[in-house]
Amino acid sequence: MTNDECKKVVLEIIAEIAPDEDLSDVNPDVALREQLDLDSMDFLDIVMELRKKHGIEVPEADYGELASLGSCAAYLTPKFNALV
Amino acid sequence: MERYEVAIIGAGMSGLAAGIRLAHFGKKVCIFERHYAPGGLNSFYSKEGRKYDVGLHAMTNFVKPGVKGTPLGKILRQLRISREELDLSEQVGSRIAFTDADLRFSNDFELLESEVERVFPREIDGFRGLAAEIRSYPDAKLDAPYLSARSVVRNWINDSLLEDMLFCPLMYYGSSTEDDMDFSQFVVMFRSIFLEGFARPLDGIRKMIRLLLDRYRKAGGIRRMNTGISKLETSDGRISRLILDDGKEVEAEIVISSAGLPETYRLIEGFENESAEDLEGKLSFTETISIFERQPADFGWGDDTIVFFNQGSEFEYRNSRETVDLRSGVICIPNNFEYGERSLDEGIVRVTCLANYDQWIGYEEDEYLNEKVRWNERIWQSASQFMPPSSLEYEKERIAWDMFTPKTVERYTWHARGAIYGSPSKMKDGTTEFDNLFVCGTDQGYLGIVGSMLSGIAMANQHVLRA
Ligand SMILES: Cc1cc2nc3c(=O)[nH]c(=O)nc-3n(C[C@H](O)[C@H](O)[C@H](O)COP(=O)(O)OP(=O)(O)OC[C@H]3O[C@@H](n4cnc5c(N)ncnc54)[C@H](O)[C@@H]3O)c2cc1C
Repeated sequence: MTNDECKKVVLEIIAEIAPDEDLSDVNPDVALREQLDLDSMDFLDIVMELRKKHGIEVPEADYGELASLGSCAAYLTPKFNALV
Repeated sequence: MERYEVAIIGAGMSGLAAGIRLAHFGKKVCIFERHYAPGGLNSFYSKEGRKYDVGLHAMTNFVKPGVKGTPLGKILRQLRISREELDLSEQVGSRIAFTDADLRFSNDFELLESEVERVFPREIDGFRGLAAEIRSYPDAKLDAPYLSARSVVRNWINDSLLEDMLFCPLMYYGSSTEDDMDFSQFVVMFRSIFLEGFARPLDGIRKMIRLLLDRYRKAGGIRRMNTGISKLETSDGRISRLILDDGKEVEAEIVISSAGLPETYRLIEGFENESAEDLEGKLSFTETISIFERQPADFGWGDDTIVFFNQGSEFEYRNSRETVDLRSGVICIPNNFEYGERSLDEGIVRVTCLANYDQWIGYEEDEYLNEKVRWNERIWQSASQFMPPSSLEYEKERIAWDMFTPKTVERYTWHARGAIYGSPSKMKDGTTEFDNLFVCGTDQGYLGIVGSMLSGIAMANQHVLRA
Protein backbone atom coordinates (compact mmCIF):
# COMPACT_ATOMS: atom_id res chain seq x y z
CA MET A 1 0.00 0.00 0.00
CA THR A 2 1.23 3.49 -0.84
CA ASN A 3 0.79 6.61 1.27
CA ASP A 4 -1.86 7.88 -1.12
CA GLU A 5 -3.82 4.65 -0.96
CA CYS A 6 -3.68 4.82 2.80
CA LYS A 7 -5.05 8.36 2.79
CA LYS A 8 -7.90 7.12 0.65
CA VAL A 9 -8.70 4.39 3.15
CA VAL A 10 -8.76 6.93 5.99
CA LEU A 11 -10.96 9.28 3.99
CA GLU A 12 -13.37 6.44 3.27
CA ILE A 13 -13.65 5.78 6.98
CA ILE A 14 -14.24 9.45 7.74
CA ALA A 15 -16.87 9.62 4.99
CA GLU A 16 -18.73 6.80 6.65
CA ILE A 17 -18.46 8.24 10.16
CA ALA A 18 -19.24 11.82 9.18
CA PRO A 19 -21.27 11.73 5.96
CA ASP A 20 -22.19 15.38 6.46
CA GLU A 21 -18.59 16.59 6.05
CA ASP A 22 -17.18 17.81 2.76
CA LEU A 23 -14.06 15.72 2.16
CA SER A 24 -13.29 16.86 -1.38
CA ASP A 25 -10.58 19.27 -0.33
CA VAL A 26 -8.81 17.99 2.77
CA ASN A 27 -5.28 19.37 3.12
CA PRO A 28 -3.08 16.45 4.25
CA ASP A 29 -0.69 18.73 6.14
CA VAL A 30 -3.28 20.46 8.29
CA ALA A 31 -4.87 18.84 11.36
CA LEU A 32 -8.15 17.12 10.50
CA ARG A 33 -9.81 18.82 13.45
CA GLU A 34 -8.98 22.23 12.01
CA GLN A 35 -10.62 21.47 8.69
CA LEU A 36 -13.46 19.20 9.67
CA ASP A 37 -15.86 19.06 12.54
CA LEU A 38 -14.55 15.93 14.24
CA ASP A 39 -14.66 15.43 17.99
CA SER A 40 -13.10 12.83 20.25
CA MET A 41 -16.06 10.47 19.64
CA ASP A 42 -15.32 10.61 15.90
CA PHE A 43 -11.63 9.88 16.45
CA LEU A 44 -12.57 6.90 18.59
CA ASP A 45 -14.60 5.71 15.62
CA ILE A 46 -11.71 6.14 13.20
CA VAL A 47 -9.62 3.92 15.46
CA MET A 48 -12.43 1.40 15.90
CA GLU A 49 -13.20 1.21 12.18
CA LEU A 50 -9.51 0.69 11.39
CA ARG A 51 -9.59 -2.31 13.67
CA LYS A 52 -12.96 -3.60 12.45
CA LYS A 53 -12.39 -3.16 8.74
CA HIS A 54 -8.64 -3.64 8.41
CA GLY A 55 -7.44 -5.37 11.56
CA ILE A 56 -5.17 -2.43 12.41
CA GLU A 57 -4.62 -1.66 16.08
CA VAL A 58 -3.90 1.88 17.20
CA PRO A 59 -2.99 1.99 20.90
CA GLU A 60 -4.34 4.99 22.80
CA ALA A 61 -0.83 6.40 23.25
CA ASP A 62 -0.58 6.74 19.46
CA TYR A 63 -3.89 8.55 18.85
CA GLY A 64 -1.88 11.73 18.26
CA GLU A 65 -0.42 10.14 15.11
CA LEU A 66 -3.85 10.43 13.50
CA ALA A 67 -3.94 14.23 13.72
CA SER A 68 -3.67 14.98 10.00
CA LEU A 69 -4.22 12.95 6.87
CA GLY A 70 -0.47 13.10 6.23
CA SER A 71 0.46 11.86 9.69
CA CYS A 72 -2.20 9.14 9.40
CA ALA A 73 -0.58 7.89 6.21
CA ALA A 74 2.92 8.03 7.67
CA TYR A 75 1.84 6.09 10.72
CA LEU A 76 -0.63 3.63 9.17
CA THR A 77 0.97 2.71 5.83
CA PRO A 78 3.71 0.58 7.43
CA LYS A 79 1.04 -1.07 9.58
CA PHE A 80 -1.02 -1.95 6.50
CA ASN A 81 2.07 -3.26 4.73
CA ALA A 82 3.04 -5.36 7.73
CA LEU A 83 -0.34 -7.14 7.47
CA VAL A 84 0.44 -8.89 4.18
CA MET B 1 -24.59 -20.94 30.50
CA GLU B 2 -25.34 -18.04 28.15
CA ARG B 3 -22.40 -15.65 28.08
CA TYR B 4 -22.04 -12.14 26.71
CA GLU B 5 -19.31 -9.56 26.67
CA VAL B 6 -21.93 -6.95 27.55
CA ALA B 7 -25.45 -7.31 28.92
CA ILE B 8 -27.68 -4.24 28.70
CA ILE B 9 -30.72 -3.89 30.91
CA GLY B 10 -33.55 -2.15 29.07
CA ALA B 11 -34.46 -1.55 25.42
CA GLY B 12 -35.32 2.13 25.85
CA MET B 13 -33.57 4.88 23.94
CA SER B 14 -30.37 4.69 25.95
CA GLY B 15 -30.08 0.90 26.00
CA LEU B 16 -30.69 0.64 22.26
CA ALA B 17 -28.14 3.37 21.51
CA ALA B 18 -25.52 1.69 23.72
CA GLY B 19 -26.31 -1.65 22.09
CA ILE B 20 -25.84 -0.30 18.56
CA ARG B 21 -22.40 1.07 19.42
CA LEU B 22 -21.25 -2.17 20.97
CA ALA B 23 -22.69 -4.49 18.33
CA HIS B 24 -21.30 -2.32 15.54
CA PHE B 25 -17.81 -2.81 16.92
CA GLY B 26 -18.14 -6.54 17.25
CA LYS B 27 -18.97 -6.95 20.92
CA LYS B 28 -21.17 -9.87 21.82
CA VAL B 29 -24.02 -7.92 23.33
CA CYS B 30 -27.53 -8.73 24.46
CA ILE B 31 -30.28 -6.31 25.50
CA PHE B 32 -32.72 -7.69 28.07
CA GLU B 33 -36.10 -5.95 28.17
CA ARG B 34 -38.91 -6.91 30.51
CA HIS B 35 -41.70 -5.31 28.46
CA TYR B 36 -42.89 -6.85 25.19
CA ALA B 37 -42.34 -3.55 23.37
CA PRO B 38 -39.14 -1.56 22.97
CA GLY B 39 -38.86 2.17 23.66
CA GLY B 40 -39.31 2.35 27.43
CA LEU B 41 -40.47 5.81 28.46
CA ASN B 42 -40.79 6.69 24.82
CA SER B 43 -42.54 3.72 23.39
CA PHE B 44 -45.74 3.43 21.37
CA TYR B 45 -48.82 1.26 21.62
CA SER B 46 -52.21 0.63 20.06
CA LYS B 47 -55.54 1.04 21.74
CA GLU B 48 -58.88 0.47 20.01
CA GLY B 49 -57.12 0.33 16.68
CA ARG B 50 -55.43 3.70 17.12
CA LYS B 51 -51.70 4.19 17.53
CA TYR B 52 -50.42 6.32 20.38
CA ASP B 53 -46.97 7.52 21.37
CA VAL B 54 -46.23 7.12 25.05
CA GLY B 55 -44.04 10.11 25.49
CA LEU B 56 -43.19 12.05 22.42
CA HIS B 57 -44.05 15.73 22.42
CA ALA B 58 -40.99 16.74 20.48
CA MET B 59 -37.41 15.82 20.05
CA THR B 60 -35.32 18.56 21.59
CA ASN B 61 -31.86 19.60 20.30
CA PHE B 62 -33.03 20.25 16.75
CA VAL B 63 -30.48 22.08 14.61
CA LYS B 64 -30.56 22.63 10.87
CA PRO B 65 -28.36 20.40 8.68
CA GLY B 66 -24.86 21.81 8.61
CA VAL B 67 -24.84 23.08 12.20
CA LYS B 68 -21.90 21.27 13.73
CA GLY B 69 -20.87 20.03 17.13
CA THR B 70 -24.29 19.64 18.73
CA PRO B 71 -25.88 16.56 20.35
CA LEU B 72 -28.24 15.74 17.46
CA GLY B 73 -25.37 15.58 14.96
CA LYS B 74 -23.34 13.50 17.39
CA ILE B 75 -25.96 10.83 17.93
CA LEU B 76 -26.76 10.56 14.24
CA ARG B 77 -23.08 10.07 13.42
CA GLN B 78 -22.41 7.67 16.23
CA LEU B 79 -25.43 5.54 15.35
CA ARG B 80 -24.83 5.80 11.58
CA ILE B 81 -28.30 7.27 11.03
CA SER B 82 -28.81 9.90 8.36
CA ARG B 83 -30.99 12.95 8.70
CA GLU B 84 -33.01 11.87 5.68
CA GLU B 85 -33.93 8.62 7.35
CA LEU B 86 -35.10 10.35 10.50
CA ASP B 87 -37.14 12.83 8.50
CA LEU B 88 -37.60 15.51 11.15
CA SER B 89 -40.07 18.34 10.81
CA GLU B 90 -39.48 21.53 12.77
CA GLN B 91 -41.92 23.07 15.22
CA VAL B 92 -44.06 25.99 14.11
CA GLY B 93 -43.53 27.88 17.35
CA SER B 94 -44.00 27.53 21.08
CA ARG B 95 -44.98 29.66 24.03
CA ILE B 96 -44.38 30.11 27.71
CA ALA B 97 -47.77 31.27 28.93
CA PHE B 98 -48.09 32.60 32.48
CA THR B 99 -51.18 34.46 33.63
CA ASP B 100 -49.37 37.79 33.54
CA ALA B 101 -47.09 37.37 30.55
CA ASP B 102 -46.51 35.42 27.37
CA LEU B 103 -43.17 34.66 25.71
CA ARG B 104 -42.99 33.04 22.30
CA PHE B 105 -39.99 31.07 21.13
CA SER B 106 -39.06 28.94 18.14
CA ASN B 107 -36.06 27.18 16.65
CA ASP B 108 -34.65 30.65 16.00
CA PHE B 109 -33.23 31.99 19.27
CA GLU B 110 -33.73 35.57 18.11
CA LEU B 111 -37.47 35.21 18.59
CA LEU B 112 -37.05 34.51 22.30
CA GLU B 113 -34.58 37.38 22.60
CA SER B 114 -37.00 39.81 20.98
CA GLU B 115 -39.85 38.53 23.14
CA VAL B 116 -37.85 39.04 26.32
CA GLU B 117 -37.04 42.55 25.12
CA ARG B 118 -40.71 43.23 24.39
CA VAL B 119 -42.11 41.91 27.66
CA PHE B 120 -39.20 42.57 30.02
CA PRO B 121 -37.33 45.51 28.44
CA ARG B 122 -35.24 46.10 31.52
CA GLU B 123 -33.98 42.51 31.58
CA ILE B 124 -32.76 42.13 28.02
CA ASP B 125 -29.09 42.86 28.74
CA GLY B 126 -29.10 40.41 31.61
CA PHE B 127 -30.82 37.82 29.47
CA ARG B 128 -28.19 38.21 26.75
CA GLY B 129 -25.47 37.90 29.39
CA LEU B 130 -27.02 34.69 30.69
CA ALA B 131 -27.26 33.29 27.17
CA ALA B 132 -23.60 34.14 26.57
CA GLU B 133 -22.57 32.39 29.78
CA ILE B 134 -24.54 29.32 28.70
CA ARG B 135 -23.06 29.31 25.21
CA SER B 136 -19.53 29.37 26.57
CA TYR B 137 -20.10 26.72 29.25
CA PRO B 138 -17.90 23.67 28.56
CA ASP B 139 -19.61 20.74 26.86
CA ALA B 140 -19.40 17.67 29.01
CA LYS B 141 -18.46 18.95 32.42
CA LEU B 142 -18.93 15.67 34.22
CA ASP B 143 -17.10 16.55 37.40
CA ALA B 144 -18.69 19.94 38.12
CA PRO B 145 -19.91 20.15 41.73
CA TYR B 146 -23.57 21.09 42.31
CA LEU B 147 -24.27 24.71 41.57
CA SER B 148 -27.74 26.18 42.01
CA ALA B 149 -29.05 27.29 38.61
CA ARG B 150 -31.37 29.75 40.36
CA SER B 151 -28.38 31.49 41.90
CA VAL B 152 -26.61 31.80 38.55
CA VAL B 153 -29.74 33.04 36.78
CA ARG B 154 -30.29 35.64 39.52
CA ASN B 155 -26.86 37.09 38.76
CA TRP B 156 -28.29 38.13 35.43
CA ILE B 157 -32.05 38.47 35.88
CA ASN B 158 -33.89 40.48 38.53
CA ASP B 159 -37.52 39.93 37.64
CA SER B 160 -38.66 36.71 39.29
CA LEU B 161 -41.46 36.33 36.74
CA LEU B 162 -38.97 36.11 33.89
CA GLU B 163 -36.81 33.79 35.96
CA ASP B 164 -39.74 31.40 36.52
CA MET B 165 -40.78 31.63 32.89
CA LEU B 166 -37.33 30.54 31.77
CA PHE B 167 -37.20 27.70 34.27
CA CYS B 168 -40.66 26.35 33.46
CA PRO B 169 -39.93 24.62 30.11
CA LEU B 170 -36.47 23.51 31.19
CA MET B 171 -37.82 21.89 34.33
CA TYR B 172 -40.78 20.24 32.66
CA TYR B 173 -38.57 18.77 29.95
CA GLY B 174 -35.73 17.62 32.09
CA SER B 175 -35.48 18.22 35.81
CA SER B 176 -35.52 15.45 38.36
CA THR B 177 -35.10 17.94 41.21
CA GLU B 178 -37.73 20.19 42.75
CA ASP B 179 -37.74 23.99 42.41
CA ASP B 180 -34.10 24.33 41.37
CA MET B 181 -31.68 22.54 39.05
CA ASP B 182 -27.99 21.88 38.91
CA PHE B 183 -26.54 24.59 36.69
CA SER B 184 -24.88 22.08 34.36
CA GLN B 185 -28.27 20.44 33.77
CA PHE B 186 -29.84 23.89 33.26
CA VAL B 187 -27.22 24.56 30.58
CA VAL B 188 -27.96 21.26 28.83
CA MET B 189 -31.70 21.99 28.84
CA PHE B 190 -31.38 25.68 27.87
CA ARG B 191 -29.31 24.72 24.87
CA SER B 192 -31.53 21.82 23.87
CA ILE B 193 -34.76 23.85 23.99
CA PHE B 194 -33.94 27.54 23.48
CA LEU B 195 -30.65 27.60 21.57
CA GLU B 196 -31.46 24.48 19.54
CA GLY B 197 -35.13 23.54 19.30
CA PHE B 198 -38.03 21.18 18.71
CA ALA B 199 -38.73 18.79 15.85
CA ARG B 200 -40.70 15.61 15.27
CA PRO B 201 -40.82 12.79 12.73
CA LEU B 202 -44.24 12.72 11.06
CA ASP B 203 -44.65 9.11 12.13
CA GLY B 204 -43.76 9.90 15.72
CA ILE B 205 -41.43 7.97 17.95
CA ARG B 206 -41.94 4.66 16.13
CA LYS B 207 -39.81 6.09 13.33
CA MET B 208 -36.87 6.54 15.68
CA ILE B 209 -37.37 3.20 17.40
CA ARG B 210 -37.56 1.32 14.11
CA LEU B 211 -34.32 2.91 12.98
CA LEU B 212 -32.63 1.95 16.23
CA LEU B 213 -33.89 -1.63 16.10
CA ASP B 214 -32.84 -1.94 12.48
CA ARG B 215 -29.30 -0.67 13.17
CA TYR B 216 -28.95 -2.91 16.19
CA ARG B 217 -30.12 -6.02 14.37
CA LYS B 218 -27.95 -5.39 11.31
CA ALA B 219 -24.92 -4.88 13.52
CA GLY B 220 -25.52 -8.31 15.01
CA GLY B 221 -26.94 -7.32 18.38
CA ILE B 222 -29.16 -9.74 20.25
CA ARG B 223 -32.39 -8.61 21.89
CA ARG B 224 -34.47 -10.57 24.38
CA MET B 225 -37.94 -9.13 24.94
CA ASN B 226 -40.33 -10.20 27.69
CA THR B 227 -37.16 -11.01 29.55
CA GLY B 228 -36.56 -9.00 32.66
CA ILE B 229 -33.56 -9.13 34.93
CA SER B 230 -34.80 -10.06 38.38
CA LYS B 231 -31.49 -10.31 40.22
CA LEU B 232 -27.84 -9.42 39.91
CA GLU B 233 -25.44 -11.69 41.78
CA THR B 234 -22.11 -10.36 42.91
CA SER B 235 -18.74 -11.60 43.98
CA ASP B 236 -15.64 -9.55 44.84
CA GLY B 237 -17.31 -6.25 44.07
CA ARG B 238 -18.35 -7.34 40.59
CA ILE B 239 -21.57 -8.51 39.01
CA SER B 240 -20.95 -12.19 38.42
CA ARG B 241 -24.29 -13.30 37.09
CA LEU B 242 -27.66 -12.00 35.91
CA ILE B 243 -30.78 -13.91 36.86
CA LEU B 244 -33.68 -13.58 34.43
CA ASP B 245 -37.33 -13.38 35.48
CA ASP B 246 -37.77 -17.01 34.45
CA GLY B 247 -34.90 -18.06 36.70
CA LYS B 248 -32.34 -18.70 33.96
CA GLU B 249 -28.82 -17.47 34.52
CA VAL B 250 -26.63 -15.40 32.24
CA GLU B 251 -23.03 -14.27 32.52
CA ALA B 252 -21.61 -11.01 31.23
CA GLU B 253 -18.26 -9.32 31.59
CA ILE B 254 -19.89 -5.91 31.74
CA VAL B 255 -23.42 -4.88 32.66
CA ILE B 256 -24.92 -1.56 31.55
CA SER B 257 -28.27 -0.76 33.13
CA SER B 258 -30.81 1.78 31.95
CA ALA B 259 -33.33 0.71 34.59
CA GLY B 260 -32.39 3.57 36.93
CA LEU B 261 -29.86 3.64 39.74
CA PRO B 262 -31.98 2.74 42.80
CA GLU B 263 -33.91 0.26 40.63
CA THR B 264 -30.64 -1.39 39.60
CA TYR B 265 -29.24 -1.46 43.12
CA ARG B 266 -32.43 -3.14 44.23
CA LEU B 267 -31.67 -6.05 41.90
CA ILE B 268 -28.47 -6.76 43.79
CA GLU B 269 -29.00 -9.34 46.43
CA GLY B 270 -27.88 -8.41 49.89
CA PHE B 271 -26.70 -4.98 48.82
CA GLU B 272 -27.85 -2.44 51.36
CA ASN B 273 -27.69 1.05 50.02
CA GLU B 274 -28.57 3.44 52.82
CA SER B 275 -29.49 6.16 50.43
CA ALA B 276 -31.75 3.96 48.29
CA GLU B 277 -34.84 5.95 49.32
CA ASP B 278 -33.18 9.30 48.75
CA LEU B 279 -32.18 8.08 45.32
CA GLU B 280 -35.79 7.44 44.34
CA GLY B 281 -37.38 9.94 42.00
CA LYS B 282 -39.45 12.66 43.59
CA LEU B 283 -41.44 13.89 40.62
CA SER B 284 -44.12 12.20 38.61
CA PHE B 285 -46.54 13.31 35.95
CA THR B 286 -49.76 12.52 34.18
CA GLU B 287 -50.12 12.72 30.45
CA THR B 288 -53.49 13.02 28.72
CA ILE B 289 -54.01 12.54 25.00
CA SER B 290 -57.16 13.74 23.23
CA ILE B 291 -57.94 12.74 19.68
CA PHE B 292 -60.19 14.71 17.32
CA GLU B 293 -61.46 13.98 13.86
CA ARG B 294 -60.70 17.53 12.82
CA GLN B 295 -57.40 19.34 12.81
CA PRO B 296 -56.64 21.61 15.80
CA ALA B 297 -56.66 24.63 13.49
CA ASP B 298 -60.39 24.01 12.86
CA PHE B 299 -60.97 24.63 16.56
CA GLY B 300 -59.24 27.97 16.35
CA TRP B 301 -56.43 26.72 18.53
CA GLY B 302 -53.81 28.52 16.52
CA ASP B 303 -50.49 27.13 15.55
CA ASP B 304 -48.69 26.75 18.85
CA THR B 305 -46.60 23.59 18.88
CA ILE B 306 -45.99 23.47 22.62
CA VAL B 307 -47.33 25.71 25.38
CA PHE B 308 -45.75 25.70 28.85
CA PHE B 309 -48.43 27.19 31.05
CA ASN B 310 -48.65 28.40 34.62
CA GLN B 311 -51.48 30.06 36.52
CA GLY B 312 -50.51 32.95 38.70
CA SER B 313 -47.12 34.53 38.94
CA GLU B 314 -45.28 31.97 40.98
CA PHE B 315 -44.20 28.72 39.41
CA GLU B 316 -43.87 25.65 41.66
CA TYR B 317 -42.15 22.60 40.28
CA ARG B 318 -42.54 20.06 43.07
CA ASN B 319 -44.24 16.84 43.97
CA SER B 320 -47.92 17.62 43.62
CA ARG B 321 -49.95 17.86 46.84
CA GLU B 322 -53.12 17.11 44.92
CA THR B 323 -53.65 14.07 42.73
CA VAL B 324 -52.75 16.32 39.81
CA ASP B 325 -51.32 19.82 40.08
CA LEU B 326 -53.61 21.76 37.75
CA ARG B 327 -51.80 25.04 38.10
CA SER B 328 -49.14 24.36 35.50
CA GLY B 329 -48.36 21.98 32.68
CA VAL B 330 -47.39 21.47 29.08
CA ILE B 331 -49.75 21.40 26.09
CA CYS B 332 -48.44 19.79 22.93
CA ILE B 333 -50.19 19.81 19.56
CA PRO B 334 -48.31 17.31 17.38
CA ASN B 335 -50.17 18.58 14.30
CA ASN B 336 -48.33 21.88 14.55
CA PHE B 337 -45.00 20.93 13.06
CA GLU B 338 -43.87 21.96 9.57
CA TYR B 339 -44.76 18.76 7.74
CA GLY B 340 -45.02 20.50 4.38
CA GLU B 341 -47.53 18.79 2.12
CA ARG B 342 -48.14 16.05 4.62
CA SER B 343 -50.23 16.11 7.79
CA LEU B 344 -51.42 13.91 10.62
CA ASP B 345 -54.76 12.23 9.95
CA GLU B 346 -56.34 13.28 13.21
CA GLY B 347 -56.10 16.19 15.58
CA ILE B 348 -54.10 15.45 18.72
CA VAL B 349 -53.70 17.45 21.90
CA ARG B 350 -51.48 16.18 24.71
CA VAL B 351 -51.23 17.71 28.17
CA THR B 352 -48.62 16.93 30.83
CA CYS B 353 -49.08 17.89 34.49
CA LEU B 354 -47.26 17.18 37.74
CA ALA B 355 -48.99 14.44 39.71
CA ASN B 356 -48.85 12.70 43.05
CA TYR B 357 -47.59 9.14 42.86
CA ASP B 358 -48.90 8.00 46.27
CA GLN B 359 -52.44 9.08 45.49
CA TRP B 360 -52.53 7.44 42.08
CA ILE B 361 -51.09 4.22 43.41
CA GLY B 362 -53.58 4.22 46.32
CA TYR B 363 -56.75 4.01 44.24
CA GLU B 364 -58.61 0.72 43.84
CA GLU B 365 -59.04 -0.35 40.21
CA ASP B 366 -62.57 1.11 39.70
CA GLU B 367 -61.73 4.25 41.54
CA TYR B 368 -58.56 4.59 39.48
CA LEU B 369 -60.53 4.58 36.23
CA ASN B 370 -63.04 7.09 37.59
CA GLU B 371 -60.27 9.36 38.77
CA LYS B 372 -58.73 9.25 35.32
CA VAL B 373 -62.01 10.42 33.78
CA ARG B 374 -62.40 13.14 36.39
CA TRP B 375 -58.87 14.46 36.17
CA ASN B 376 -58.78 14.28 32.40
CA GLU B 377 -61.66 16.78 32.32
CA ARG B 378 -60.15 19.02 34.94
CA ILE B 379 -56.78 19.04 33.20
CA TRP B 380 -58.45 20.01 29.99
CA GLN B 381 -60.29 22.90 31.66
CA SER B 382 -57.11 24.17 33.18
CA ALA B 383 -55.03 23.86 30.01
CA SER B 384 -57.66 25.32 27.70
CA GLN B 385 -57.41 28.65 29.50
CA PHE B 386 -54.05 29.01 27.84
CA MET B 387 -55.26 28.16 24.35
CA PRO B 388 -57.24 30.50 22.11
CA PRO B 389 -60.99 30.14 22.78
CA SER B 390 -62.53 27.47 20.61
CA SER B 391 -65.55 27.76 18.41
CA LEU B 392 -66.27 24.05 18.81
CA GLU B 393 -67.19 21.99 21.81
CA TYR B 394 -64.27 19.97 22.96
CA GLU B 395 -66.21 17.10 24.49
CA LYS B 396 -68.52 16.59 21.55
CA GLU B 397 -65.68 16.65 19.08
CA ARG B 398 -63.34 14.33 20.91
CA ILE B 399 -63.35 10.84 19.43
CA ALA B 400 -60.89 9.12 21.76
CA TRP B 401 -58.65 9.81 24.70
CA ASP B 402 -56.14 8.12 26.92
CA MET B 403 -54.27 9.03 30.06
CA PHE B 404 -51.09 7.83 31.76
CA THR B 405 -50.49 8.27 35.42
CA PRO B 406 -47.43 7.63 37.59
CA LYS B 407 -48.90 4.16 38.08
CA THR B 408 -48.86 3.51 34.33
CA VAL B 409 -45.25 4.61 34.05
CA GLU B 410 -44.20 2.37 36.91
CA ARG B 411 -46.15 -0.57 35.55
CA TYR B 412 -44.60 -0.48 32.10
CA THR B 413 -41.10 0.86 32.74
CA TRP B 414 -40.44 -0.19 36.34
CA HIS B 415 -39.17 3.26 37.23
CA ALA B 416 -39.60 3.70 40.98
CA ARG B 417 -42.53 5.99 41.84
CA GLY B 418 -43.24 6.40 38.12
CA ALA B 419 -40.56 9.07 38.09
CA ILE B 420 -39.90 9.84 34.45
CA TYR B 421 -36.75 11.81 35.14
CA GLY B 422 -35.47 9.33 37.67
CA SER B 423 -33.35 9.92 40.70
CA PRO B 424 -32.59 13.44 41.91
CA SER B 425 -28.92 12.50 42.18
CA LYS B 426 -27.18 11.46 38.99
CA MET B 427 -24.11 9.31 38.38
CA LYS B 428 -22.60 11.50 35.73
CA ASP B 429 -19.66 9.23 34.98
CA GLY B 430 -21.94 6.18 34.92
CA THR B 431 -19.92 4.23 37.46
CA THR B 432 -21.50 2.40 40.39
CA GLU B 433 -20.24 0.66 43.49
CA PHE B 434 -19.52 -2.40 41.36
CA ASP B 435 -16.53 -2.50 39.00
CA ASN B 436 -18.30 -3.93 35.96
CA LEU B 437 -21.71 -2.31 36.43
CA PHE B 438 -22.51 1.00 34.77
CA VAL B 439 -25.68 3.06 34.45
CA CYS B 440 -26.87 4.82 31.32
CA GLY B 441 -29.91 6.88 30.45
CA THR B 442 -32.07 8.65 32.95
CA ASP B 443 -29.90 8.21 36.03
CA GLN B 444 -26.62 8.92 34.32
CA GLY B 445 -28.06 12.38 33.98
CA TYR B 446 -28.91 12.91 30.32
CA LEU B 447 -32.64 13.15 29.93
CA GLY B 448 -35.09 13.19 27.09
CA ILE B 449 -34.92 11.29 23.84
CA VAL B 450 -31.75 12.82 22.45
CA GLY B 451 -30.14 13.02 25.88
CA SER B 452 -30.76 9.41 26.74
CA MET B 453 -29.37 8.23 23.40
CA LEU B 454 -26.29 10.37 23.93
CA SER B 455 -25.94 8.82 27.35
CA GLY B 456 -26.08 5.27 26.00
CA ILE B 457 -23.48 6.16 23.38
CA ALA B 458 -21.16 7.90 25.84
CA MET B 459 -21.31 5.10 28.40
CA ALA B 460 -20.69 2.40 25.77
CA ASN B 461 -17.73 4.36 24.40
CA GLN B 462 -16.22 5.19 27.74
CA HIS B 463 -16.65 1.99 29.68
CA VAL B 464 -16.46 -0.64 26.96
CA LEU B 465 -14.98 0.53 23.66
CA ARG B 466 -12.30 2.80 25.06
CA ALA B 467 -11.49 0.61 28.02
C1 LIG C 1 -45.28 11.05 29.05
C2 LIG C 1 -43.86 11.32 28.67
C3 LIG C 1 -43.56 12.36 27.77
C4 LIG C 1 -42.24 12.58 27.38
N1 LIG C 1 -42.01 13.52 26.43
C5 LIG C 1 -40.75 13.67 25.93
C6 LIG C 1 -40.52 14.55 24.84
O1 LIG C 1 -41.42 15.13 24.28
N2 LIG C 1 -39.25 14.72 24.42
C7 LIG C 1 -38.20 14.07 24.98
O2 LIG C 1 -37.07 14.24 24.55
N3 LIG C 1 -38.40 13.23 26.02
C8 LIG C 1 -39.65 13.01 26.50
N4 LIG C 1 -39.87 12.15 27.54
C9 LIG C 1 -38.69 11.61 28.24
C10 LIG C 1 -38.01 10.49 27.49
O3 LIG C 1 -38.99 9.58 27.07
C11 LIG C 1 -37.04 9.76 28.43
O4 LIG C 1 -36.16 10.68 29.02
C12 LIG C 1 -36.21 8.70 27.70
O5 LIG C 1 -37.02 7.91 26.88
C13 LIG C 1 -35.50 7.84 28.75
O6 LIG C 1 -34.85 6.76 28.14
P1 LIG C 1 -34.00 5.74 29.02
O7 LIG C 1 -33.42 4.78 28.05
O8 LIG C 1 -33.09 6.47 29.90
O9 LIG C 1 -35.02 5.03 30.00
P2 LIG C 1 -36.23 4.04 29.72
O10 LIG C 1 -36.94 4.41 28.50
O11 LIG C 1 -37.01 3.99 30.96
O12 LIG C 1 -35.54 2.62 29.48
C14 LIG C 1 -35.38 1.70 30.50
C15 LIG C 1 -35.90 0.35 30.01
O13 LIG C 1 -35.53 -0.64 30.95
C16 LIG C 1 -36.58 -1.58 31.10
N5 LIG C 1 -36.40 -2.23 32.38
C17 LIG C 1 -36.54 -1.70 33.61
N6 LIG C 1 -36.25 -2.61 34.56
C18 LIG C 1 -35.90 -3.75 33.92
C19 LIG C 1 -35.45 -5.04 34.35
N7 LIG C 1 -35.30 -5.33 35.64
N8 LIG C 1 -35.17 -5.97 33.41
C20 LIG C 1 -35.29 -5.68 32.07
N9 LIG C 1 -35.69 -4.48 31.63
C21 LIG C 1 -36.00 -3.52 32.53
C22 LIG C 1 -37.81 -0.73 30.97
O14 LIG C 1 -38.93 -1.49 30.60
C23 LIG C 1 -37.40 0.28 29.89
O15 LIG C 1 -37.74 -0.18 28.61
C24 LIG C 1 -41.18 11.83 27.93
C25 LIG C 1 -41.48 10.80 28.82
C26 LIG C 1 -42.81 10.51 29.15
C27 LIG C 1 -43.10 9.34 30.03
